[in-house]
Amino acid sequence: MDLAFTKEEQAFREEVRQFFRDNVPPDTRRKLVEGRHLSKDEMVTWWRILNKKGWGVSHWPKEYGGTGWTPVQHYIFNEELQAHPAPQPLAFGVSMVGPVIYTFGNEAQKKYYLPRIANVDDWWCQGFSEPGSGSDLASLKTKAERRGDKWIINGQKTWTTLAQHADMIFCLCRTDTNAKKQMGISFIVFSMKSKGVTVRPIQTIDGGREVNEVFFDDVEVPYENLIGEENKGWDYAKFLLGNERTGIARVGVSKERIRRIKDLASKVESAGKPIIQDPAFREKLAACEIELKALELTQLRVVADEGKHGKGKPNPASSVLKIKGSEIQQTTTELLMEVIGPFAAPYDVHGDDGSNEAMDWTAQIAPSYFNNRKVSIYGGSNEIQRNIIAKAVLGL
Amino acid sequence: MDFDLSEEQRLLKESIDGLLTDSYDFEQRKKYMAEKGGWSKTVWLKLAEQGLLGLPFAEADGGFGGGGVETMIVMEALGKALVLEPYLATVVIGGGFLRHAGTDAQKAAHVPGIIDGSKTLAFAQLEKNSRYDLFDVTTTAKKKGDAYVIDGEKFVVLNGENADTLIVTARTKGDRRDKSGIGVFLVPAVAKGVSRKGYPTQDGLHAADITFTGVEVGPDAVLGNPEDSLALIERVVDEARVALCAEAVGLMDESLKTTVEYIKTRKQFGVAIGSFQSLQHRASDMFVATEQARSMSMFATMANDFEDAKERSNAIAAAKVQIGKSLKFVGQQSIQLHGGIGMTMEAKIGHYFKRLTMIENTFGDTDYHQRRVADAGGLI
Repeated sequence: MDLAFTKEEQAFREEVRQFFRDNVPPDTRRKLVEGRHLSKDEMVTWWRILNKKGWGVSHWPKEYGGTGWTPVQHYIFNEELQAHPAPQPLAFGVSMVGPVIYTFGNEAQKKYYLPRIANVDDWWCQGFSEPGSGSDLASLKTKAERRGDKWIINGQKTWTTLAQHADMIFCLCRTDTNAKKQMGISFIVFSMKSKGVTVRPIQTIDGGREVNEVFFDDVEVPYENLIGEENKGWDYAKFLLGNERTGIARVGVSKERIRRIKDLASKVESAGKPIIQDPAFREKLAACEIELKALELTQLRVVADEGKHGKGKPNPASSVLKIKGSEIQQTTTELLMEVIGPFAAPYDVHGDDGSNEAMDWTAQIAPSYFNNRKVSIYGGSNEIQRNIIAKAVLGL
Repeated sequence: MDFDLSEEQRLLKESIDGLLTDSYDFEQRKKYMAEKGGWSKTVWLKLAEQGLLGLPFAEADGGFGGGGVETMIVMEALGKALVLEPYLATVVIGGGFLRHAGTDAQKAAHVPGIIDGSKTLAFAQLEKNSRYDLFDVTTTAKKKGDAYVIDGEKFVVLNGENADTLIVTARTKGDRRDKSGIGVFLVPAVAKGVSRKGYPTQDGLHAADITFTGVEVGPDAVLGNPEDSLALIERVVDEARVALCAEAVGLMDESLKTTVEYIKTRKQFGVAIGSFQSLQHRASDMFVATEQARSMSMFATMANDFEDAKERSNAIAAAKVQIGKSLKFVGQQSIQLHGGIGMTMEAKIGHYFKRLTMIENTFGDTDYHQRRVADAGGLI
């Protein structure tokens, strides 16, 4: 057992850190620090910088443009990325549809889509949830009917993150209505510009526009846009959701936020002195830091295990990451709320395009608190995670 | 970065797990508890035979040169089997003082007896009003020529009832809460002026309240600097805290396992109660709490080797906080999920709960350590 990173790993961390210092556009970083929304252009610009460096799809196999890093290197890269902070790669392309395509897609699909995903030539969004299919995703109803060399798609998706920016969608569609619910689903990709696709924004409680409803009305999609085999979509979806086990803890994000809490708490006064000197507040903050330390160690255990024994059998501790990671992210936003106290109240309206650049940055703290309630809901709610632990780990 | 055990460490784990599987089931434990002193000399000698009592000592002193990971392995196993024998008091704490501060003569006088199982030790530190502050010492050690005369009262001295040698913190100068002026002394339990009142503790171990009245010890009794040993005390107590974290992880592992087995077999409404989602989620949360505790136990084990004493103490305090929170949750919910049977002396789960509970209040509870971490400016 050894907690220390090797010399090579430390040098790698320094290299990554320096690259971020030199290359993340300062305004992009500032907006992230202040909890502001980034424009599509700002995100794409950064991802292309990353891709040019060869780090855009770092965890992909080398033959498709990956880096061949060890799990520890990936961990370091992610931690530094989150801590800088810089925008994370677009998960829908890089972590979700990309791996499905290079694992289950045909040669033509790999050749066409993978480089475009890496360079964000297409912005991808995810068509999984439906109004009646949240945690019970397999009950989904969006239908794809085969008609000659085409699919005709009808139905509705929801909670589609940043669909307003999207060029492409990967979609779970029911292709066999007679089969058992998990068995009749296919994984189909198509252009968001197709005729019959309508995107309608959903305003979330923080006032922002991150998610959308997407409607499909007789959308015609070429048959070859099916990924893998017909009616095997559920397997691919499970593969996709299980693919990113360690990034979900977002240790770097919480660390960065704790630094911000400390910075702010040493400026904002309570009872005539900075609130950081208030014992009750300090202990709450310490409690959060300790939880985060434990999570970081749990994540390192999973990472080290993958490095040594491969990704085949997931370490049971990995189930902890989503639950604790989301709880801690939420606690950090709560602590920020506590620091600014009554000044959390002023509400500033978002711009027409959903931007919030015009607002005072402290006005972002309450919205960020509200917005972060999502993290224990998405990606398999924490209750679903508990079901998974009970079944898969404890055998209940 | 590596969280795996080495080949030797894996063998050590197998050997102690094997020994305890054979000789320490819940029924056997009851018998040991009824023996004189409240624990089994036979088991203690078996631990000695396997070299476990000499584990952390240097090879030059007759030990095996084991480090923090080795102690973690042993303490986890001892926790899992709910062992009564005084490993913490004798090997971890007593041995710790000798390893860190013992002269060659002191080691020669005490270490062989620890290693062969013939002698046990106890750490007389807690006072009526000191609570968790290690520097809060009113017991005095007054210089008398070459010798020291010790006067004072110590409480809840773990293994104090049975120990052959007591390791006593006492003030050689200064006031009650001064950080300097504290010494550490090796005192034979049978020395004139030592009076012990022994009793069982809530978790089935044994302790004693000890009064020192004009107890005279020679210069060979002094461990380290008699006027400035707080850093030594903190060092050894930090090691004890790390060991307690590992013991608690073993206890939590076994509590969770026992509880999950129970809810799989206990039937109500015609089905195993483990099929109910509210119980499944509770058990999942117990798993999460246990894994977070295990992570911090490993962290504390590795932090014990940090060169910077402040950084070491802060990390270990953080671990004790996590362990304290986890053990409370796992302990309480183990009883809850067992229902009525969990309330009985007859079921083993309650005994795990009690040991876990006592660990929280040993060498600083959750609030105490959380305050320390907060005062140190946190971890990030």
